[in-house]
Amino acid sequence: MTIPQISVFLENKAGQLADITHILSENQVNMRALNIAETADYGVLRLIVDDASKASAILLEHGFILTMTPVVGVAVPDTPGGLSKVLGVISDAEMDVEYMYSVFGQKDGQACMIFRVADTDGLAAVLDKAGIGTIGGEDLGLH
Amino acid sequence: MERYYQKEIETADREQILAWQNERLVKQVRHVWDNVPYYRKKMEEKGVAPEDIQSVEDLHKLPFLTKDDLREAYPYGLLATPLKNCVRIQSTSGTTGRRVVAFYTQHDIDLWEDCCARAITAAGGTDGDVCHVCYGYGLFTGGPGLNGGSHKVGCLTLPMSSGNTDRQLQFMVDLEATILCCTPSYAAFLAESIHERGLRDKIKLKAGIFGAEAWSEEMRQDIQDKLCIKAYDIYGLTETSGPGVAFECSEQTGMHINEDHFIAEIIDPDTGEVLPEGSKGELVFTAITKEAFPLLRYRTRDICILSREKCSCGRTHVKMSKPMGRSDDMLIVKGVNVFPSQIETVLLEQGYPANYQIIVDRVNNSDTIEVMVEMTPENFSDNLGKITEMEKGLVSALKAMLGIYAKVHLVAPKSITRSEGKAVRVIDKRKI
Repeated sequence: MTIPQISVFLENKAGQLADITHILSENQVNMRALNIAETADYGVLRLIVDDASKASAILLEHGFILTMTPVVGVAVPDTPGGLSKVLGVISDAEMDVEYMYSVFGQKDGQACMIFRVADTDGLAAVLDKAGIGTIGGEDLGLH
Repeated sequence: MERYYQKEIETADREQILAWQNERLVKQVRHVWDNVPYYRKKMEEKGVAPEDIQSVEDLHKLPFLTKDDLREAYPYGLLATPLKNCVRIQSTSGTTGRRVVAFYTQHDIDLWEDCCARAITAAGGTDGDVCHVCYGYGLFTGGPGLNGGSHKVGCLTLPMSSGNTDRQLQFMVDLEATILCCTPSYAAFLAESIHERGLRDKIKLKAGIFGAEAWSEEMRQDIQDKLCIKAYDIYGLTETSGPGVAFECSEQTGMHINEDHFIAEIIDPDTGEVLPEGSKGELVFTAITKEAFPLLRYRTRDICILSREKCSCGRTHVKMSKPMGRSDDMLIVKGVNVFPSQIETVLLEQGYPANYQIIVDRVNNSDTIEVMVEMTPENFSDNLGKITEMEKGLVSALKAMLGIYAKVHLVAPKSITRSEGKAVRVIDKRKI
């Protein structure tokens, strides 16, 4: 089970991120997770929102460059060693994590982390086998 | 007391210079007609035969040559002697699309080195001097040209080539270099380094010969003050041999063109009409003594003014002003010729849009070039590493094309201004 992520190109100049959050709020889009990877000159904004298709259509309309990427939401026990265990399982399966970040807030003593790997379905299967739960769109309140 | 390398030639009266030019031009036109089918065809198309050229007065009848001709005729199309008579090539730096290869016989090299020797002598050089050459050696004409000229003058020559500042300074100090030959921006950089390292008292320099890029009077003053030397300009281009086509004397009010080897004209870049003396326009050269690669009426695209005012140095050859600009879109960055079209070619090859902007600046006396490129949906990825990798690929492709490092700046789509009509491709922030 994967979650759709919107990745947006950000030029490193004042107001770019503010523009995007403004556009999303104007259109009643709610953000569930956000992550930025950047160099000195540009960056990639990664977003999980409640309505990905609506948000991407709006951002495209406003001239942003973006791509949709499937990512896996993982329920990580909110205890010491919780993340370590998850990463150990992924590492044992010899899968490379391209990047990961966390979702705002937690639920039932579990934090939710977003993982991006080349083989998302494979990752879900590996985690399932190890008894680690994945989190679906509905868990995050996505439409 | 002014010194000359070839006094009789450099101080010859006008009639004598004209007599040389007339005789050599007639001979050269015949040589080209007989040996360069490419140019002969151009003459035929214009309805000009060698007999029509009897003196410099007739020069305007000949067709022009441009960089496009050189590219079209690459590599041997403008060669006027059998290859077995040639001993050297030089080339403009790293520009695959616009590479210019010039050929030299031993005689051509001799005359070229004479021209450089005149420049070194005009800067006060004698056989008692130590001449430190840190122009690049290799295909670039700067190093080989000044190196040869320095030999002819009898200076102890330090063939340093470019780069490795530590080594440059060590040799400059230990071997007590007295004449420095390099680009003005490198001279300014060396001056800074000497100042920072407190080496000023250990430096024995008295003169510098700086060319291959544009520099202002302010920059001259700055270099002269910092190094306690007199800084001389030198001009040339690979197409006509290399540095030494023209050089500055102690008056520092323009560069004497070696008129016994080159006939200079100033034309209107739009119409090609020859302009009256003293007009500002495009400089055109006819090489009248070269054997292997004798370009007739070659358009330099450099805009300048010629002056025949009497010079206090005693030299009688016409003086050209520092180039004031270009009649094409060529940029000179770190002494290297850069055409926006080359950058465009690379961008298109690498899958980027042709909407780009080039920003040239001078930071700490060194040129910088930055290419603003718009991101596209095809090139975008959620993986930053992939974008960085692509950017690196673009930087190396640009380096391969231009021969120098250009910074790439990826910007948001449609963020580069699209102007009505002619796009503003180049922003040159250098104050020169």
